[in-house]
Amino acid sequence: MHEMSLCEGILQIIEAEAEKQHFTEVKRVILDVGVLSGVEISALEFSFGIVMQGSVAENAELSINNIEAQAWCMPCAKTITVKQRYDPCDQCGSYQLQVSSGDELKIKELEVN
Amino acid sequence: MCTTCGCASGEIKIEGHDHIHPHGDDHNHKHSHDHEHSHDHEHSHDHSHEHDIHFGQGPAHSHAPGLSQSRMVEIEQNILSKNDEYAQENRRYFTDNGMLTLNLVSSPGSGKTTLLTQTITALKGELALSVIEGDQQTSNDAERIRATGVSAVQINTGKGCHLDAHMIERALETLAPIEGSVVFIENVGNLVCPAAFDLGEAHKVAILSVTEGEDKPLKYPDMFFAADIMILNKIDLLPYLNFDVAKCIEYARRVNPKILILQVSATTGEGMEDWYQWIRTSRQLRLIGRSDMLVANEAAIKVSV
Repeated sequence: MHEMSLCEGILQIIEAEAEKQHFTEVKRVILDVGVLSGVEISALEFSFGIVMQGSVAENAELSINNIEAQAWCMPCAKTITVKQRYDPCDQCGSYQLQVSSGDELKIKELEVN
Repeated sequence: MCTTCGCASGEIKIEGHDHIHPHGDDHNHKHSHDHEHSHDHEHSHDHSHEHDIHFGQGPAHSHAPGLSQSRMVEIEQNILSKNDEYAQENRRYFTDNGMLTLNLVSSPGSGKTTLLTQTITALKGELALSVIEGDQQTSNDAERIRATGVSAVQINTGKGCHLDAHMIERALETLAPIEGSVVFIENVGNLVCPAAFDLGEAHKVAILSVTEGEDKPLKYPDMFFAADIMILNKIDLLPYLNFDVAKCIEYARRVNPKILILQVSATTGEGMEDWYQWIRTSRQLRLIGRSDMLVANEAAIKVSV
């Protein structure tokens, strides 16, 4: 349910950038969202349309780059990909993993006019 | 709508600040920090080409027939950066003042408030304590805390599902905890959203009761990953339930191998001494080299007892 707040945060950043970089219309918002960021993509998409109403991003399309999560497996001493925080290493089955990425949650780029 | 938490306007209520809503401040803060793009060359470039038709500014800086002439603006900003800024300010405030701040998170009904009132009753004779209570509605919890003789501020989030760092900043103005004290933040009962919002606390404390499922750490991994300590509460009820403690601990460690796990019953007091010891030790660590703060602290404790 915090996706609504996240969209408010996105709008805040867009409005600040619109003033700084002189654009009046946002056509596309490109986000990086890691699989471990705790964000439900469908809820984010739903909230996005509602929150952007009446703003410079009213008609903007939302593109989401899904970022995979990587973890360092201590027994194997190498980087592996995980889907959830509690996944074991797919090679050795250990839970001794240090998750190194996958919690990204940021605005990457805007396509503007 | 509130830009901080998504609640409808005017729904956040901080006791003693009833009609002050953070919106005004949001904008002030935003603009005072906007220095990072003063070296933006893109913008001066745009002006000089204002009346030209430039086909190289489209997405990917190339042109194909019919492709729109919109441009790409690189942002690279964390969506939660606003909250994180406030959280950093709070964290600095807590550190400067030698305060240990604990953010208590759990599902509704895990016994957070009972755990807190028991803790306060046991520790208020030796530590200076204060509480920030977060709930959607009512001041019931803050009143329960005040009944123990410790000061508490209630934040009502309205439709919001979590506390954010800005609400804490506002609550601290009212609460004004003393140097070297322990500040408890009781978050809104929710195992999902509060995980994403840093409040500037020293530790998140996740409370799980044995009347819930033992697989909660797997169902809500973000929260158990974000927490430094998990308190398994209501263990006095274990004989009547099919709750597998070992499995629960194993699940929590899968998500977060570093998590400290304590088994307690806030009602009977079983295991609570371990929790108190953890609080005492964590506070001691915050006060290394800050012995001056202990004096103010002891005076305050004498008043409250």
